[in-house]
Amino acid sequence: MDLVQLQRQLVEYRTSLYHEGFLDAQFTQLQELQDENNPDFVVEVVSLFFEDSERLLNELTTALEQQSVDFKRVDAHVHQLKGSSSSIGAQRVQKVCIAFRNYCEEKNVEGCLKCLQQVKHEYSLVKTKLESMFQLEQQILSAGGSIPM
Amino acid sequence: MVFLEAGFSSPRNDAFPAGLRVLVVDDDPTWLKILEKMLKKCSYEVTTCGLARDALNLLRERKDGYDIVISDVNMPDMDGFKLLEHVGLEMDLPVIMMSVDGETSRVMKGVQHGACDYLLKPIRMKELRNIWQHVFRKKIHEVRDIESLEGFENIQLTRSGCDLFDDGHFLGGDDTTSGRKRKDADNRHEDRDLTDPSTKKARVVWTVDLHQKFVKAVNLIGFDKVGPKKILDLMNVPRLTRENVASHLQKYRLYLSRLQKESDIKNSFNGMKLSDPPSKDSTASFGLHKPMNTVPDDVLNGTYSFSVNKSLAQSVDLKGQADRNGITSVPMAEPKGALSKDIPDSHKTKSSQMSFDHSLGSVDSGVSFATFGSTDPSQYSWTEIPEIQFKQEYESFQPENGFNQLPLPEPSMIEKEVKRSRTEVKPLFDEYRSNLVEHLSPADLVGLFPVQGKNQTLKNQAFDPISATKSTMKTKDISQNCLADSEFAQRNLNAAGIGVPLASLSEDLQICWLQGDGYPMNFALQDFECSEYHDPALIAETPFYLYDAPRFDHEHLLDPTEYFAIDQGLFV
Repeated sequence: MDLVQLQRQLVEYRTSLYHEGFLDAQFTQLQELQDENNPDFVVEVVSLFFEDSERLLNELTTALEQQSVDFKRVDAHVHQLKGSSSSIGAQRVQKVCIAFRNYCEEKNVEGCLKCLQQVKHEYSLVKTKLESMFQLEQQILSAGGSIPM
Repeated sequence: MVFLEAGFSSPRNDAFPAGLRVLVVDDDPTWLKILEKMLKKCSYEVTTCGLARDALNLLRERKDGYDIVISDVNMPDMDGFKLLEHVGLEMDLPVIMMSVDGETSRVMKGVQHGACDYLLKPIRMKELRNIWQHVFRKKIHEVRDIESLEGFENIQLTRSGCDLFDDGHFLGGDDTTSGRKRKDADNRHEDRDLTDPSTKKARVVWTVDLHQKFVKAVNLIGFDKVGPKKILDLMNVPRLTRENVASHLQKYRLYLSRLQKESDIKNSFNGMKLSDPPSKDSTASFGLHKPMNTVPDDVLNGTYSFSVNKSLAQSVDLKGQADRNGITSVPMAEPKGALSKDIPDSHKTKSSQMSFDHSLGSVDSGVSFATFGSTDPSQYSWTEIPEIQFKQEYESFQPENGFNQLPLPEPSMIEKEVKRSRTEVKPLFDEYRSNLVEHLSPADLVGLFPVQGKNQTLKNQAFDPISATKSTMKTKDISQNCLADSEFAQRNLNAAGIGVPLASLSEDLQICWLQGDGYPMNFALQDFECSEYHDPALIAETPFYLYDAPRFDHEHLLDPTEYFAIDQGLFV
């Protein structure tokens, strides 16, 4: 694929992510923050997000597996996940977190487990999509082109 | 230029707000990175911290190293609000809170704790661009305070010494906005209290530096042994008086006790452990270190540990004790002497401070608050206590002090004192207040002040149980002890009224709660009507003595030093 095509593909892909609610305006902000001083800023931030989220998801899984669920703890983790997903604009993940917290408040284990599954799903979706997007960007850069805004 | 005066480093002055030194605290690594980048884009100098503890260490190490702090609310190692308090108290820097949770209650809590702003995540660049305004605002206010201070010829300990409370004293959590409010209140107080034309009250501005000197001194002495005089000597600041320090110490104690609040809330009443019988010099007893686990006996004596509510309790206790136990009586004798030494400044001060005489402690241990009531069961009926005085007092206080102090007990006695010390009731912090309220649990009070919970009017609760307990108490020796000295009591009352955590005043301050007239225990109670004039939280404060009531153990006799940590200034 030639450079122009790659670039067009990237733009389309990115637009679809916004349309489908995977990303929101916060992600655009991140991109705007990227500059010559930090050319890999977005990738770095997103990588941090992936790391942190995976840790939180593991904690959540453990917490909900307990005999007697500590809802405060679960809620704290969900709150954190909500916070970090908001940092990169992972909108769908954030939305599930809101519902998740409600179940925590109600101390509804079933509801929580359901949300955990959902959030894991949304997380893996957005992760895959972002990774694909970064790959496209890399290809463009390798081809000597620049990333279109 | 104002900036220069305010302490901005010169290189930054020209480019302000560029170069603003920001400390960002957030446990979320993603946000930390983003915020760092955003702030750098605003041309600010950024330092990031993933842990609140680290942030505090950084701030302490480099006292003037930062201009503003931005912190997340939810952090694993320390509550963001706590950090906020610390920063406000120790460094007096503007703090901005952040959270992904924008619930009104949270935001309100942030403001109450002194945050100058509360940002919702995701945070936009434009929101960060304007944070410099908070720094600027603070600087302007500081300059104003310093100027007002210089305008005074001397620092006078107002009758109650409360004035000092009003000055730019920043109590934890009470940040810029509240601080400013306080300052205004202070001004008003000062005008009001300045009845004596010959003496002028100079307001002491507790700048960051001054406070740090203070904290250093406190740490050097050792919190347990701390006392205004010792601190003053160590600080070696001209024009600073012992009363200034005492009042600041009281606030500091309050702040520290508030920190302990969480763990002590439940136990506050019971927890009021009275430390060992107050020794004259045991100023330290206030208990910052002593969590109040069981209120009663101990409490009276002096566990006035700071633990948040404790302070309340303490104050309560002090009062109660003084009144009750006859302590007042006993100490009275001593205090007089003691007082005189302690109160070098003026007669006034004396009265206000006196109560805390150690002697109180020496009074029969049984002095416990219970004694309050013991003497006269009817006294306990708070319900009957005429609110009058307190109410009036409070009402007047209220506006000024954000701190709704607990009503001073014994309207009669207090009235006089209170009036004088009205200003004292400086609003330490609304939080303190609320803490107090929480602490007072009816159960604990043993009927003294069933102040409980939040906003319960003391009236309701306390009175009944109190009456009941009172009778029991009465039987105890309290009666004899307590009311021995009406005069004493009166003085104490005033002091007690403040409800401020009686930081263990140094021997000087022993508050003799003893109220003169046979201490109607009511004193505090009466005003519980306070709820009417002020929110229950305040009331909660008063019951301090009440807390101890259950204890009534005379053995405990208040440790004067402990209880009366309340700044004399407060009462008088």
